[in-house]
Amino acid sequence: MRKLIVQHVSKQFGGLRALNDVSFETENEILGLIGPNGAGKTTLFNVISGFLKPTAGEVHYNGQSLHRYRPHRIVALGLARTFQIVKPFGDLTVLDNVLSGYGMPLYRRPKAFFRRYHTPVTERAADEILALTDLTEYRDALAESLPIGVQRRLEIARALATQPDFLLLDEPAAGLTAHEAESLAELIRTLHARGKSIIVIEHNMAFAMNLCQRILVLAQGELIAQGAPADIQSNEQVINVYLGKR
Amino acid sequence: MSGYVISVAIFVGIWVTLALSLNILTGYAGQVSLGHAAFFGIGAYASAVMAVRYGQPFWVDFIAAIIITGVVGTILGLPSLRVRHDFLVLATMGINFVVVALFKYVDFFGGAMGLVNIPAPSFFGATFRGGTPYLILVWLYVLFVWAVSWYISKSWVGLAFNAIRLDEDAAAAVGIGAARFKIYAFGISAALAGGAGSLYAHFIGSVFPDTFVFVESIAILSMVVFGGMGTLRGPIVGAIILKAAPEFLRFVQDYRFTIYGALLVLMMLFQPMGLLGDDSWLWQQLKRWFGRKSAPPKVSEEVTP
Repeated sequence: MRKLIVQHVSKQFGGLRALNDVSFETENEILGLIGPNGAGKTTLFNVISGFLKPTAGEVHYNGQSLHRYRPHRIVALGLARTFQIVKPFGDLTVLDNVLSGYGMPLYRRPKAFFRRYHTPVTERAADEILALTDLTEYRDALAESLPIGVQRRLEIARALATQPDFLLLDEPAAGLTAHEAESLAELIRTLHARGKSIIVIEHNMAFAMNLCQRILVLAQGELIAQGAPADIQSNEQVINVYLGKR
Repeated sequence: MSGYVISVAIFVGIWVTLALSLNILTGYAGQVSLGHAAFFGIGAYASAVMAVRYGQPFWVDFIAAIIITGVVGTILGLPSLRVRHDFLVLATMGINFVVVALFKYVDFFGGAMGLVNIPAPSFFGATFRGGTPYLILVWLYVLFVWAVSWYISKSWVGLAFNAIRLDEDAAAAVGIGAARFKIYAFGISAALAGGAGSLYAHFIGSVFPDTFVFVESIAILSMVVFGGMGTLRGPIVGAIILKAAPEFLRFVQDYRFTIYGALLVLMMLFQPMGLLGDDSWLWQQLKRWFGRKSAPPKVSEEVTP
């Protein structure tokens, strides 16, 4: 099973220390990443997925340092992500958005010039992902015309299409109704059952506690606690961060 | 057809290929370039140098022009990786000025006097300059450039071009490195413009630096924008209208660039997707008249339970 190791990662933006000596390991689990606004959760995702280079420290995946990899190469290693502010390809249909992920292994090969992306084979593979993420009814709609909840599912579908072993989901439940959030949690459990490791950034404590097997708590760039949901819930420091000092 | 009409049709064909080739870079990959005339010029000069200085036959000049312009375009595309949007537009403008200056001040390229006496193309012993055979040759090239554009739009590379145009970060997240595909777009776009340059040089029989100046880049971009950027039909129709109209309406000729400018402003205001873009008024009407399958349905907001 593939292991993701974050070693002493710090990230400095000018005078702001967004991440301060963060270290953890994860494999084959649904890991929650929680913390108040500005805690550095998304920064951590950006560092892992190569969109930001850490000021200090390193990320290892599958025994390999990700230091010199750019984002589009990190996806190719099997580490896919979604964005907190969804970034669908608005002018493209839902199907084409998913196909854009499915083509991942081809983009660095000359074949990309000669193969057409709409073929029965590629469409069948994309349709499976659409079915799994409950997007089949939107297949031919333009991505920009979809409500936000559906765009969030599309974001996951597109990441899944790259056939990752590891999925980084940045606030996938934000802006979803309770019902949508429940079906999202169900989807994440299904993906985990199919052998994917998942890290979820989540704002909603109840949602994270219910979904995740282990939880990391970030506050002001520091990892202040990690453990099972029950332990986190009763952790003094976490309660202070979330509710203010008593 | 009179010789005059044939000449106009040859010019129109050459500019259709220029508009289609720029469309790959700007319409597909989203890299707005105001330096396309430079690639047109590099193709024309490459062809002229091969013919005049090295005495090569037409088909060698033509293929050499495509390859040389493709390579130079790829190299000139490299600086574009560092800049985006407005700054890319400025950088491509700069490229245009530099290329024209090289044509003008390097003796090898004939300086301001240009290169003259480019021999007429000959095939199997038959020599022709202009006329119906040349018209057919030019429009065969139009067909070729159209086919390349069409195939790219269906290929994974075309999907990747769309992706980097719409969102480079999202593209990176699905494994599409923007740098690689910008270079591809520059290379392909330049190579196809190089072919147009070669056809132009052999038709006119001489090349001068002033033909390939910055305003010509604006004219080519106008054709793409006017017709409908990113579509196949748009640049073709745009080039035909904007190139042919001034020829037939002689009084317009002197005010050509004024009219291009005014048209651009009007299009940007009222039909930013171009005359025949997917969402344009005219295209919607045409689709209704001919009962074509409509655009992908928009989904309403009320779907959440």
